[in-house]
Amino acid sequence: MGVYGLIIGMLLATYLPRLIPFLILSDRPLPEFWRKFLKFIPFTALGALIFPGSIQAVEGEPGIALLGVLAAGICAWFNGGIILSVAVAVGVVGLGLCF
Amino acid sequence: MRALSYKSGLMAGIPIFLGYFPVAMAFGLLAKTNGITLGEAIGFSALVFAGASQFMALNLIQSGAVFMEIVIATLLLNFRHFLMSASVASRMETKKKWTLPLVAFGITDETFAVAATAEGKLNPRYLIPLEATAYIGWVSGTACGHIMGAALPEILQKSMGIGLYAMFVAILLPSVRKTVWAGVLAGVAALVHTGLAKMEVLPSGWNIIAAIVLVAGAGAWFITEQEE
Repeated sequence: MGVYGLIIGMLLATYLPRLIPFLILSDRPLPEFWRKFLKFIPFTALGALIFPGSIQAVEGEPGIALLGVLAAGICAWFNGGIILSVAVAVGVVGLGLCF
Repeated sequence: MRALSYKSGLMAGIPIFLGYFPVAMAFGLLAKTNGITLGEAIGFSALVFAGASQFMALNLIQSGAVFMEIVIATLLLNFRHFLMSASVASRMETKKKWTLPLVAFGITDETFAVAATAEGKLNPRYLIPLEATAYIGWVSGTACGHIMGAALPEILQKSMGIGLYAMFVAILLPSVRKTVWAGVLAGVAALVHTGLAKMEVLPSGWNIIAAIVLVAGAGAWFITEQEE
């Protein structure tokens, strides 16, 4: 089994979980509970994606990483938008690493 | 509600492109140093299109893991996309059913996050340009990293690691300003995920899935119609 065989295996492993919900769920009215469940997933997913992963985003420097996330948070809270918030976070971490 | 346009999809994809490119360059470089050819590296990014899984695969190949081991680890690590796809799919409105497999292929943590918080009807006209922009960033970054045989300078690369997380924060906060519940759900999910990760009971890919499902389920149970 060569590298390309592995690529095909991984393609199936990543694609099927993304594909199946689209085939089952599109244009289908859902019961109240499941409608709410799916509606809340973006918020719970974002929370779970941000922590604890972001703390480890800067190798060996959890404090600086947290500072970067905080900076992005403040910027986004005051309607800074995505690009500016990302730039601010990268800048803060860069500065933090210099000192 | 107005339908989202292809233009807003393209625009929303640009930050993801910028976030993916340096990470993909690092993948291309690491693949090269692990003896993966340019064609194979591009094959990984173009067909698997899943960042964390690709890095993990390089790691596992080097440690001599067998085929099934890598494929199953990939499935576990990426199964969270099942939930994200389900959330996007339930908001999709289109008569062009043939576009669904394409839209599904482009779902990643980042494209999902952008799409899920976009206001308006989700349709392929918006989603496909959004996903294609992200995809091009990922594949071209991989090729660049492999061909140039270099990643960005270390301090730049280290600082950019925060970029995608900053993006998640910037995507989440406008929703939190609108409804308190968005913040509560995100905060509780962050705590639950951190707690589960500390306990190390579940295999690593399952912690995030458990956190997403448990907290969204609790929310659907406790939060009433008027509050949501």
